[in-house]
Amino acid sequence: MSADQNFTPKGTVYGTLLNFKAELAAMQPQMNQPPYKAPPQAPVLYVKPANTWSANGASIAVPTRVPEVEIGATIAMVIADKKVRFVLMNDLSIPHSSYFRPPVKFKCLDGFLGIGSQTVETNQPQNFKLEVRVNGKLVQSLDFSQLVRPAAQLFADVSGFMTLHEGDVLMLGCDCLSNGKRPVAKVGDVITISAPSHPALGTLSNTLVAEAV
Amino acid sequence: MKHAIVNFEGERYNAIEQNGQLLLVDGALGQINRLVDFEAVQWLPPLAPTPRPRTILALGLNYADHAKELEFKAPEEPLVFIKGEASLIGHRALTYRPPDVKYMHYECELGVVIGKTAKKVKRDDAYDFVQGYTVANDYAIRDYLENWYRPNLRVKNRDTCTPLGPWLVDAADIANPMHLSLQTTVNGKVTQSGNTRDMIFDVPFLIEYFSSFMTLQPGDLILTGTPDGVVDCQPGDVIVTEIEDVGSLINTITNTKI
Repeated sequence: MSADQNFTPKGTVYGTLLNFKAELAAMQPQMNQPPYKAPPQAPVLYVKPANTWSANGASIAVPTRVPEVEIGATIAMVIADKKVRFVLMNDLSIPHSSYFRPPVKFKCLDGFLGIGSQTVETNQPQNFKLEVRVNGKLVQSLDFSQLVRPAAQLFADVSGFMTLHEGDVLMLGCDCLSNGKRPVAKVGDVITISAPSHPALGTLSNTLVAEAV
Repeated sequence: MKHAIVNFEGERYNAIEQNGQLLLVDGALGQINRLVDFEAVQWLPPLAPTPRPRTILALGLNYADHAKELEFKAPEEPLVFIKGEASLIGHRALTYRPPDVKYMHYECELGVVIGKTAKKVKRDDAYDFVQGYTVANDYAIRDYLENWYRPNLRVKNRDTCTPLGPWLVDAADIANPMHLSLQTTVNGKVTQSGNTRDMIFDVPFLIEYFSSFMTLQPGDLILTGTPDGVVDCQPGDVIVTEIEDVGSLINTITNTKI
């Protein structure tokens, strides 16, 4: 099936925290401590509203108060009545160590979600593999066979408490590095995400620039 | 002026309130100018469609008394979460309560609808960016609270759990949005009463705060939090959330999945 071009979300874009096994393991020592007190039961979700959306190739402005941003390379499901499709996303965040309160001020800055222009269809989303490069240098590889909730289960568990409508988008999760941290980039850097497993997704490339004052 | 969006005889119309009736102004079939009774229509959230999904920002713990009730100290900055538009329903609609839950409560909130693109707006200019006000009932099911991005979406982003309306009241018609009484009744009995003057972070503050890092677009919605006095709601209960000069939003709890 050929990929469509110039994808832009029609509905709400949801992100998922702690859906990679390594990411969950890195948080394990804190999970029973305050403020969390228990491991999460339901999928931990957040919204990336329309002001955050950046097309492939777009520059993303970073406020001067933010020395570096976390890269959140992921695959997202695009909900459809018949066949779901998948797209690359780069869910940028201001680094934050606490997941107790909703992350609006860290994740919802203008432009802070890079969105791939091409979507693909597959019945085997566990086969997605991504590579993340900063200025051409490989900084992270992601393997979507390592999800806590694989795509179909995540969709089912989320749908258990809220309807995902046609056009809504559900990101599958953003992994951490082997040290438990997330890759970062700063103003001037070019972040490029590609899927060697699925070249039809194209590449998602965005340049971080200083916010005009 | 009080604006509504309704379905009438299978068509969607923009409408305004006129002497206790609805004047259907225009719809898919063009101008109509027909008066109908409130009971003759299905009420939708009073928000015009937006070219991209609207952003719905919702405040937690934004009244000092409610923060106290929930055993939290007042926050030093806004506690905000984002809801999907699909959680919204209109006036006189049904909200689903799952059978297994023990504590589901309403939250009567002043809704602020943004009227023009707002980026790095200063407090003193904030009201220039408001199109109008509405009433929201931002239900929560506390059984599902978890301390991960709390309040988590399973508590706050459920289908049918955010009634909105009946009206979008023009900003010009609300002399002081920071001095409006709020009240909720359950089956006619008053269970919650407060005043918007007791917000910790007022409307101009919120518009300045959000627009400092995110651009707000026309049609975006800010739900400003609820005061003290939330109680459990059972199937069959009729919940009326009311804000002075803005409207009375009626909702009924059901145990039938919608």
